[in-house]
Amino acid sequence: MKAIIEVRHLVKKFKKAIAVNDLSFDVEEGTITGLLGPNGAGKTTTIQMLLDLITPTSGSIKLFGLDMATHREEILNQVNFSSPYVSLPGNLKVRENLYTFARLYGVKDIKGKINELVDYFDIRDLLPKMTSTLSTGQLTRLNLTKAMLNDPKVLLLDEPTSSLDPDIADRTRKLLKRIQKERGITILYTSHNMEEIEELCDRVIFIQKGKFRDDGVPSELIKKYGHTDLNEVFLQIAREGGEINSNS
Amino acid sequence: MKYSCRLPAKEVKLILILDLMKWYRIKALIIRHLYLYPRSFPRIMDVLFWPVLELLVWGFLSAYLEKLNLENINLVSILLGAIIFWTFLNRSQEAVTVAFLEDVWEKNLLNLFVTPIRISEFLFSTVILGLVRIVTAGAILGVIALVLYHFSIFQFGIYTVPFILSLLLFGWILGLFITAVILRFGTSAQVLAFGFIFLIQPFSAVFYPVSALPVAVQGIAYLLPSTYVFEGMRAVIATGTLPLNYLAFSFGINAMYLIIVLFFFYAMFRKVKERGLLLKLD
Ligand SMILES: Nc1ncnc2c1ncn2[C@@H]1O[C@H](COP(=O)(O)OP(=O)(O)OP(=O)(O)O)[C@@H](O)[C@H]1O
Ligand SMILES: [Mg+2]
Repeated sequence: MKAIIEVRHLVKKFKKAIAVNDLSFDVEEGTITGLLGPNGAGKTTTIQMLLDLITPTSGSIKLFGLDMATHREEILNQVNFSSPYVSLPGNLKVRENLYTFARLYGVKDIKGKINELVDYFDIRDLLPKMTSTLSTGQLTRLNLTKAMLNDPKVLLLDEPTSSLDPDIADRTRKLLKRIQKERGITILYTSHNMEEIEELCDRVIFIQKGKFRDDGVPSELIKKYGHTDLNEVFLQIAREGGEINSNS
Repeated sequence: MKYSCRLPAKEVKLILILDLMKWYRIKALIIRHLYLYPRSFPRIMDVLFWPVLELLVWGFLSAYLEKLNLENINLVSILLGAIIFWTFLNRSQEAVTVAFLEDVWEKNLLNLFVTPIRISEFLFSTVILGLVRIVTAGAILGVIALVLYHFSIFQFGIYTVPFILSLLLFGWILGLFITAVILRFGTSAQVLAFGFIFLIQPFSAVFYPVSALPVAVQGIAYLLPSTYVFEGMRAVIATGTLPLNYLAFSFGINAMYLIIVLFFFYAMFRKVKERGLLLKLD
């Protein structure tokens, strides 16, 4: 299959730490790929570099075959992002937030697009509400709605389910699966919930201390390492890598 | 509340340097901020109430002083002119910085910068937003000053417009500088948003001429574009004419600072992306 994201020899040095250390990987078009690793492994840093929010120290990032260093605008037009550590302004109404981002993405038929998406994500009754009054579950759906406004080809999600209760987390997973199936969107996402990863991901990439460790189809990785679930695989890879995060 | 911003898109596009900036993205940012005003009392106060209150305090004070000192006939003009022009500078700076801080406070900055928006578009939207705020506040101050104190800001004739433009420009430059500092050094620097301008005030010769300053700091005064506006304003009141070199200096220094501040802003933004600070800003 075609690689839609190509990361080559990516390095990010901060003053005191090397967050990403010679990382290379591909993400194939139309898949849900999990980016896994212990705390501090460099997942968030990698995702931020894929969005040009952080400048890499060296290495290259290509999306859709275009180099991020020279084609930022073209790339970001076809990408979107969502994470609990980012929020839409709480002092705007849901409708106003959606209109603002639809305008920013230059959506042609703004009204039609928002109409379509609020039905898809079942948030029509939230439109007149102030964003600050929404529950966490409602916010998650709103953020996903925002993330779909520009019909992205690639969706980057940083721990999208981390603050959700099991019920809402389950619904969110179903939504993600549905988006991928029905719209053929490529999703790269991070999570610490291995059950969820097993359920959702076509492929996972393990990184540790900024380095590539392993990748593959979850069920095959479980077999390869001789375990019964991905959680054990995670533990083995993380611990084989030397010191565990807490003393690194 | 609906905003249908029907600006002549074609003409605006021409100004946007051969379409390097996208007008629809600038418009999106402006409308995003305008949404807030109709329902936010503090924001309306910010544009209308505080400037008006200041005008009233100074207006009544100067009216009173004028009665005490019969010889000093232009006191009202000098003080009211000063306070109104000062407001233009102050509010122009604040508009830029606050528009930026709104997105920081709401943790929306990342959402904005994962859209294809350019820094230039981001900056341009703050210029327009500042203009909208200032024109509103300025109109109201102008009317109140006229009705209560028979003071017209247009008594400076054709100079009124370049005076105001120069102050708006300097306010925008200061706002950009403060925004860049907050971006780089975090929200602990946000006191600058409301305090920095008062570092400028004593040296800007707002309420008194440069000659009233100690000789040692007069040099600083002449480095500020605002100084020439306030000196010029007093010259017009005193003599009816304006030494044109005042205007020239004012715009010349502004142009120099504008170039410097744009470099500074882009450099800070680059630094912020290198250090991964966009994500940490709150
Ligand atoms: N802006 C920054 N300045 C300095 N160091 C940073 C910065 N951002 C991240 N780091 C460091 O880089 C490393 C990787 O951090 P990153 O946030 O990418 O990890 P992560 O895999 O997302 O972890 P988590 O699972 O906890 O979210 C960490 O050691 C972190 O301390
Ligand atoms: Mg992270």
